[in-house]
Amino acid sequence: MEKRVTFNGRLLPYMLLAPQLLITLVFFYWPAGQAVWQSFLIEDAFGLSTQFVWFENYQILLSKPDYYRTLAITLTFSALVAFLSLSLALLLAVQADKHIKFASGYKTMLIWPYAVAPAIAGVLWLFMFQPSLGLVSHAIRALGVDWNPVLNPDHAFTLVVMAATWKKIAYNFLFFLAGLQAIPKSVIEASAIDGASPMRRFWTITFPLLSPTTFFLLVVNVVYVFFETFGIIDATTGGGPAKATQTLVYKVYHDGKLGADLGGSAAQSVILMLIVIGLTAIQFRYVEKKVQY
Amino acid sequence: MNNVHLRKVGKIYAGGVEALRDIAFDIPDGAFCVLVGPSGCGKSTLLRMVAGLETITSGEISIGDRAVNDLDPSERDIAMVFQNYALYPHMSVYDNMAYGLRNRKTPKPEIEARVQEAARILEIGHLLDRKPRQLSGGQRQRVAMGRAIVRKPRVFLFDEPLSNLDAKLRIQMRVEIKKLQRTLGITSIYVTHDQLEAMTLADMLVVMNKGNIEQVGPPLQLYERPETVFVAGFIGAPPMNLIELPEGGVAGLALENRPVAPVIVGIRPEHFELAPVGTPAPLGISMQITAIEMVGAETYLYGALDGRGREVIVRVAGKAEQQIGERVTAVAERHNLHFFDPATGRRLAVS
Repeated sequence: MEKRVTFNGRLLPYMLLAPQLLITLVFFYWPAGQAVWQSFLIEDAFGLSTQFVWFENYQILLSKPDYYRTLAITLTFSALVAFLSLSLALLLAVQADKHIKFASGYKTMLIWPYAVAPAIAGVLWLFMFQPSLGLVSHAIRALGVDWNPVLNPDHAFTLVVMAATWKKIAYNFLFFLAGLQAIPKSVIEASAIDGASPMRRFWTITFPLLSPTTFFLLVVNVVYVFFETFGIIDATTGGGPAKATQTLVYKVYHDGKLGADLGGSAAQSVILMLIVIGLTAIQFRYVEKKVQY
Repeated sequence: MNNVHLRKVGKIYAGGVEALRDIAFDIPDGAFCVLVGPSGCGKSTLLRMVAGLETITSGEISIGDRAVNDLDPSERDIAMVFQNYALYPHMSVYDNMAYGLRNRKTPKPEIEARVQEAARILEIGHLLDRKPRQLSGGQRQRVAMGRAIVRKPRVFLFDEPLSNLDAKLRIQMRVEIKKLQRTLGITSIYVTHDQLEAMTLADMLVVMNKGNIEQVGPPLQLYERPETVFVAGFIGAPPMNLIELPEGGVAGLALENRPVAPVIVGIRPEHFELAPVGTPAPLGISMQITAIEMVGAETYLYGALDGRGREVIVRVAGKAEQQIGERVTAVAERHNLHFFDPATGRRLAVS
């Protein structure tokens, strides 16, 4: 008698897998394949004929300074958001890990922003910082700064960085807190007895032991900034003013949906796809193996 | 002078639980002091208070002639060996040992010399490049010891360092710790719940129970002259026989010059001697054997007083010829008897 559950016939396992496979095929592989195919086509201005052009869309795209400007904006944006949200989340997690009163309430409140949809978060920040109506704008203007994210590119950029950071802190905080709680107390105590000041304890013991968590979050955050911030940017600035907050993913939308350059837009999304494949490969290679120590 | 003074030390936790009460004793420079007691007696809490890992609610702890109550652990100049070793998992064995010296800005050549010296003493020279996870339990234990000795601290603290090792390794490390402490001559405080470990290591034994000190002294003194019923029962294996005698006495036990008031009489298993029925002696018992434990060099006879009363353990040298169910009588000398007050648990001076 075999104790394992076995299936008679070959059909059943395939049928059980079918729904998941169908979803993946229809919502992932099909559009991805469409994008790759589309990126090789050029449509005439009236949409009457299409022509297969191999890599001409990519050539056009990569010859435009506009694209590199967007790339630079995206990299700056993701570096800033990843650094700010990781460091602020770590600071909050270290505080929460200490014995504080109302710790559970404090943690719950910190997790809330994660549950807010990106577009809603964008609108919240838009209202708070709206030049003529926003409460916070009022306060900033009272300090003598001519705050205007609608017209000033730097102000607009600052605003989306703040909104995107705020949204991601909760997620990072949860992972950092779990990471901190996994470090044995006695190791920290041993370093205290070994004569390390609290600051030195953190940088020589806690931080290195957190490095697997930090690395994982770094990759996740960069992917987040590349893709998921679309909702925040669309709701807050719409990529403006003067394309100052236009990231790669927003440009895909802008050129394809609004500019109707489907071939160019598809080429951009293929490049984005390659970037995320690369990031995922790095994550699996280093995080799964836990090479940190 | 690296002596440790504890004056009226108390600890009350945030919830109002009193963990320690009026703890006071002095550890002379270079002595090996062992804190022993059942789990929950407060011995680890006391050690962690000396280390600075727990706050001191009342009283004063001083190391040398300096009160350390308000000092951070890093400023107390102590070293500690933890039960789970607490090695830094991301550092090599060398870095684990050098860490404390680097924190104190010791010059590099001296760090190198001290780590090599410690590695030589502990025979871990070939492991210096390994990470802790690549070591066995015994090797980790040695690295933890190495981390403590390179620092040449004022005081060593040990928190049940051998409890994660197997029995054979435990005995071997016990001997090594004792030798090492002798050689280095550094004042040490060692916490354990194992009375045998405590007896063999200590110059000075502190028996604790429920947050109080029961008795302080050299191990043999505690063995020969326990001041309380608790110490009498805790020190020694198998434990001392402690028999409560009400005013009317108990069946199966005859005691000359018996005190009138109720009393607890204590007698160690090795102080009994088997004798023919009716032998006149200061203390005589009659018991029916219920179990026999042969250890090799000696045998323990477990029996019930008068066939149904309290259990008594009698040690006889060599192998026993007795059988289970047999009735035997055993006698003991007057100077081997201990008397305790059943109400207070304290030793009574009965001549």
